Amino acid sequence: MRKVYLSIIGFSIICRLSAHAQTKPDTVVKKPVFTSYKSSSGDGSEFSPKALTIDEVNFVSSYYWQDGNHSAVTGGIGTENVNDFANGLDLKLVWVGDNLKKNTISLGFNVDHHTSASSAFVNLSGASKTGGTRIYPSFDWTTENNQKGTSFGLGAYYSGEYNYKSIGADLHFSVKTHDRNGEFSAKLQGYFDQVKLIYPSELIPKPVSTGPTQITTASGNTFLSNGEVVKPNIPSSPRNTYTAAFSYSQLINSRLQVMVLGDVVTQNGFLSLPFHRVYLSTGSAALKDTIEKLPSSRFKLPIGIRVNYFLGDNIILRSYYRYYTDSWGVNANTANLEIAYKVTPFFSISPFYRYYNQSAAKYFAPYGAHPITDQYYTSNYEYSKFRSDFYGIGFRIAPPTGVFGWQGLHDLEIRYGHYTQSTDLLSNVVSIGFGFK
Amino acid sequence: MRKVLVKTLACLLLAISVSSCVRLKEYQKNRLKDSEMALANRKVEKNELNFQSYREGASGANAGKTGGGCGCN
Repeated sequence: MRKVYLSIIGFSIICRLSAHAQTKPDTVVKKPVFTSYKSSSGDGSEFSPKALTIDEVNFVSSYYWQDGNHSAVTGGIGTENVNDFANGLDLKLVWVGDNLKKNTISLGFNVDHHTSASSAFVNLSGASKTGGTRIYPSFDWTTENNQKGTSFGLGAYYSGEYNYKSIGADLHFSVKTHDRNGEFSAKLQGYFDQVKLIYPSELIPKPVSTGPTQITTASGNTFLSNGEVVKPNIPSSPRNTYTAAFSYSQLINSRLQVMVLGDVVTQNGFLSLPFHRVYLSTGSAALKDTIEKLPSSRFKLPIGIRVNYFLGDNIILRSYYRYYTDSWGVNANTANLEIAYKVTPFFSISPFYRYYNQSAAKYFAPYGAHPITDQYYTSNYEYSKFRSDFYGIGFRIAPPTGVFGWQGLHDLEIRYGHYTQSTDLLSNVVSIGFGFK
Repeated sequence: MRKVLVKTLACLLLAISVSSCVRLKEYQKNRLKDSEMALANRKVEKNELNFQSYREGASGANAGKTGGGCGCN
């Protein structure tokens, strides 16, 4: 909590300094500013189209690869090599209804394909499949009343991959302050997931039968010992997540704006993953092989603040801090700073750095360190004590004539980041985003 | 005692800072409405946030995932 108070104090100091800065005449209309924003009248005249029109199309593609030596599948030891190729298309449609309310429909379609070296060891022989595809479409409808400064919307999601299915829905609303310099938003969200109970091969319950033995591989193929293939019937277990997310944003002055964010999250159901092994210490040289066991409920409380400042005429400081705590004993701090330097009003270079640290969950211990008497146990290093550093650079180009002279391509972003954890996990991610209008 | 003092100071400074906000006219907002000034994640960051939620114990308060919806916690 002390860190939260210190954050508030820091925020307050920034606000006071900024308030004093306003005693000098603002140069905003006197000097050419490196901004790509085109001023609008603010009277709602931008809501001119009545018919349904495509407002924006965004396509983001990323390639991510990592390596490490603490896989949860093999009990906290073994390769963590992962490659992931993710692609997402977002489409935004707008129209103005007869009541002069602006309506927006956002449609998203995302596909990830990954290969994970440790997945091979769900089967002890290392013969399980290592690849997988996840498909996750989304839908959102929002209606805005520009006169009142309010908005209301509904959203729906689906996510499907071989061993995990999820459906979700949300309800969100926002209201602006009377002077339109502040905005409060709230979102209530629920995810209803099903975890397929794929166990490590040596821990699959043996069927009691006098006939041919039934064998289920980690890739879900089930066959009998006589070679006959049978339809897999692997049971699932539910996992539910409920979130209430709140935020308040405020324009402090013509260069500074802040947002305070907070989520209240509760989860229940099967919160472990069934193919994560744990090797329990029995007191002798032999270790007992079992699957991860975590409590069936978890409460999370993250609170964050964003502060963005336009420094001079061509530098933008984008900062973020988050404090996180949960009922499993994980406490974490995240701090992020990005400096966007506008080389021209339409081209910017943005180096960034993100620092993260967390304490270990109560239920974490490394390979072979959990005593057999523990009620809950995991050797997933996601719950270990560690710090991480993530740094890289981004480029954004958004010329008024369109990128490469193509009017339809409004902006192009390229970003690269390198991530290291004190657990020796390291990864790289490169992303490219195209914005069409 | 020290805890109470820090709490009081934090609340006091928060109250003062809110009162220091300047009421802005539309024409004074051109810097704030620059796309780089948006109080949101960049669109191109979407997949970075996904991998962080898989590899780290903390999530949320960033307009992103808070748990559920995928095999991550």
